Order: sequence, then structure tokens, then C-alpha cells
Amino acid sequence: MIESFYDVMRRQGITRRSFLKFCSLTAASLGLSPSYAATIAEAMENKPRIPVLWLHGLECTCCSESFIRSGHPLAKDVILSMLSLDYDDTIMAAAGHNAEAIIDEIVDKYKGNYILAVEGNPPLAEDGMYCIIGGKPFVDQLKYAAESCKAIISWGSCASWGCVQAAKPNPTRATPVHKVPGLANKPIIKVPGCPPIAEVMTAVVAYILTFDKLPTLDKQGRPQMFYSQRIHDKCYRRPHFDAGQFVEHWDDEAARQGHCLYKMGCKGPTTYNACSTVRWNEGLSFPIQSGHGCIGCSEDGFWDKGSFYDRLTTINQFGIEANADAVGGTAAAIVGAGAAVHAGISALNRAKHVDSKQPGAE
Amino acid sequence: MSAHAPSPNAVYVYEVPLRIWHGVNALCLIVLAVTGYLIASPLPSVGGEASEHFLMGYIRFAHFAAAYLFTIGLLFRLYWAIAGNEHAKELFFPPLLSKNFWCGVWHEIRWYAFLVKEPNKYLGHNPLAMLFMHFMFVWGSVFMIVTGFALYGEGSGQNSWQYAVFSSWVLPLFGGSQSVHSWHHLVMWLIICFVIAHVYVAVREDKLSRQSVLSTIVTGWRVFKDDKP
Repeated sequence: MIESFYDVMRRQGITRRSFLKFCSLTAASLGLSPSYAATIAEAMENKPRIPVLWLHGLECTCCSESFIRSGHPLAKDVILSMLSLDYDDTIMAAAGHNAEAIIDEIVDKYKGNYILAVEGNPPLAEDGMYCIIGGKPFVDQLKYAAESCKAIISWGSCASWGCVQAAKPNPTRATPVHKVPGLANKPIIKVPGCPPIAEVMTAVVAYILTFDKLPTLDKQGRPQMFYSQRIHDKCYRRPHFDAGQFVEHWDDEAARQGHCLYKMGCKGPTTYNACSTVRWNEGLSFPIQSGHGCIGCSEDGFWDKGSFYDRLTTINQFGIEANADAVGGTAAAIVGAGAAVHAGISALNRAKHVDSKQPGAE
Repeated sequence: MSAHAPSPNAVYVYEVPLRIWHGVNALCLIVLAVTGYLIASPLPSVGGEASEHFLMGYIRFAHFAAAYLFTIGLLFRLYWAIAGNEHAKELFFPPLLSKNFWCGVWHEIRWYAFLVKEPNKYLGHNPLAMLFMHFMFVWGSVFMIVTGFALYGEGSGQNSWQYAVFSSWVLPLFGGSQSVHSWHHLVMWLIICFVIAHVYVAVREDKLSRQSVLSTIVTGWRVFKDDKP
């Protein structure tokens, strides 16, 4: 018989009390009513654990680091018990051929039932030679594992959007999971962020286990319960934005007072994530709370949207670095100057015209 | 409405609802451009407690209120293109398939390049103006309304109709909120360019052409300055 998540947790030394706390926490973070904590607990105790195959492509391992550095010891243990047991080349004990054999084993044993978690993405240039795992291009491993999985979770911005390795000019053609040609047609859940929040990651898996279905996704394929609101809309500094109180310099009084970081290039108004509600490290803080603007790490192509410290995006198509105001202002100035010159010539012409029309006037 | 013709050479072109729309629309554009610019680059920070101020809130409110007025105005203008007189439809339905129209455009281009001495007479808009108004103003406005409501829907939330109708497909289309902001900002400058050219040309035509222009948008009457065809 396949063991349940609860069995695994108990074996890891997690008490029942802590287990129940985890269930309540997860129910809350999913936006469910308290009664669902019991439903989640029951699912965790009785349903067979969902095997998770965790693959790493081109990435920095910040998603994994986010888990194991999680300030919440309970969450950390849960994540490790839930996700890393089967295959995760960063933290598993096995190495070499033994490790790679685990992939075949899971694919055979749990055909159509395991979840494929992908951290990072495959580079497609040169037949995928920029990322080799076990002597084979990562893109082959990804396609092979995706063939028999139940669903794919794209962990982090690399798998979801491409992130830094896919930033222009993207020499290795790093490609997010959903755009890999020839990938089996499976449901893909994007959990973007660089890295994503650990609690969000566990909640997604807990949801799939409890309800036997994938969480509701938005138009861009992200779980709606965590990615339906902007950082800005739930930011505790929002009253300062509405009041017009901004940090203008990193060392001014407003910065000390904790005013809005909009003018310092905060991307909170354009970023969908749960940082301002769930926060990081056991709900301790998040970037804006620590005094730095949001860099929009969970948004598509955030590396190509100009400086982290400017509100207006840099527009590179115009050759020199410019933004909407520089481009538009220049265009308006040219049109204005053009109109003025045209007016001058028109007036001159008219004067001449009048002169020649009435030769006898003088 | 139309009292008496101010002169035998006059034709009634712009009806009252259309003139009111033109004025309201111009005011909306000014409010939208100024507040829009201030949303992207806010005024200097205010001091004191946050509870004492609502500056950014008022600026954004003015932007949204003017945007609704602008949108409703444009919808009314579309209705008036059908309900109004024959000149009212020029803005939305320029005769792009007529050869005569393109000859007119070419004539106007040469007129503005100082290659033609005598301008043509037009009852409504001259063909070049029609072309610019249609493509820069009408389509620019449609673009601003679509992207604007998409951005508004972000704030009003995923259960709002603005989100369902606009944000849900516009945001993925542009690849995220930040890009929609940039395009919304760029097209603002396009419309500002249009306004500069529009005002300049209106003043110039009033002085140099063979028909009234500035007074026409106020009184509705197009007065021709000569009897020649």
C-alpha cells in the first residue's frame, strides 16, 4: 500500500498537533473556511501520497532554497516530506545512475498519477546542449517525464515565464515549460516568483490532494487564490500612495517613515502575487516591508521591463535607452516645432501672396 | 437649434449635440492627459499623516471619472454618426474606397507642402483631416479605452465586469500589466501629438482657407469666404 502524507510526516517526527496546525494554516491560505482544515487533515491521513517528481533545468535553485530556508520549521518539514522524497537532484541522497534510475521507476510505477514539478526551464538552442543532466539534454528528460504525469507544476518564474536566462537576447533559447514544442498536453499550473513563496507551493499540492482536482487557474495559468490580486492592492503602505506620500530618496525622512515606494520604481502596482498577504519567512516580512520596492519577479519578462528603480519601462526599440515620456515628449516637441515652422512659412507665403495680388496698393 | 444662416454662403454643419460633445471631449482629454501624467510621475510628496491627505486618490479619481465621461462621449458620438446629419459620420466612416477622397488627400498634402496656391472648399472636414481624425483620434481613443479599462479592472478586482470584459484578455495579450501601462502611456503622447496638429491646423485653415473653421465649431455654421466653386 502506498503511504499517506500523514504517515510520511509522522515518520519525520512531526507531531499530530503540528500536523493539524499545518492543515489549518493551509486551509486559511487557500481562502477556505475553518471547517476545511478537517477535510484537508482527512485527505492527508487517508489518501495515498501524491508522488512528486522534481526536475531541475536551467535555474539558480532559489525555489529549493526558498523551501529549505523557510522560517517556519513546520512548513519546511512538510514541504520536504511532501515533495522531495521521490526525486529532487538538489536534496536527495542518491547520486549518479542510481538517482537517474528513480525517474524511470516513478514513471513506471505511478504512470498517469504523479505530479511533475519543474524548477527552471530547458534551453532549446543547439538541441538543448546548454543544460545536460545525466548525459542527456534536460529538454529530453522533461518531455519523457511529462509524457506520463498527471499534471505539471511550473515552479518559479524560470519554468513559468523564462526569467533571467530567457531575458533578451536569450542566447540559449531558454523556454518556459508551457512553450516547449512537443511537450505532452498536460495541465500546467504556473507558480511564478523568483522564488515563489514556500507556503504557496505547499498549499497548491495540498489542494490537489484534498480535492482531487487542480486549483482554479486564472487566464495566465496561475492559481487564482494566490495570484488574483496585485501586491499594491494589499500593500500595507497603500494609504501613503493614496495620500500622495512617497519616498523620493533612499535616505529621506519618508523612507524612514515607511511611505510608498512608487517613485523608487516599486512594481507592486503591476505585480500579481501573494507577498503582501502571506509574506515571507513565517509571515515576518516581504520586500516592501523591508524598505525596498517590489521588483515584479513573478511577472512575465520582468528582466526586460527596464530598471527595478524606475516606474516607466525602458523602451529599447528606439536605439537609445528611452521611456514612454522621452519618446512621447520628443514626438510632441517635434510636432509642436513642426507646427510653429509651418505656421511661419504659411504667414510668409500669405504676405507674399497678398503683395502680388494687389500690386497697385502701394 | 439652427436659427438663421449668418450669410448666404453659410451651411449648417455641426449640430448642437456634436458641438457639446466636442467641448466635453476636449476637456476630458486635457484632464486625462494631465492626471495620467501625474499618475505615472506623481507630484512631490506631501508631509504629515497619511490620514490627512488623499492627493493621489483625487488625481486617480479625476482620471477615472474623466475616462468614463470620455468613453460614454465616444459611444454617444458613434450613435450621432448614425443619428446626426451627413457630416457627422465622416469621423467614423471616412470614404476610404472613394478615388475622389484620395485625390483630395493628395491635394491637401500638396496644400500643406506649399505646392498648391488655392485651397479646395469643403463642407465637412478636408480629406486629410478626416484621415488623421479617424486613425489617430478614433482608433487611438479605442486603444486608450480598452487598455484603460483593462488597467482599471486590475484595481476593481477579478470579479468586476471591467476585469471580465477587458483585463482578462488584454493583460495576457500585452504580456503583463507593466507593458499595458507603457503602451497606454505612449498612446497618450500620440493623442497629444494629434491635438497639437489639430489645433494648429484649425487655426491655420481659419486664416488661410476659403471657409470658416474656428467659429464653425462654436456656432455650427460653415461660412465660405468667396462664391467661386
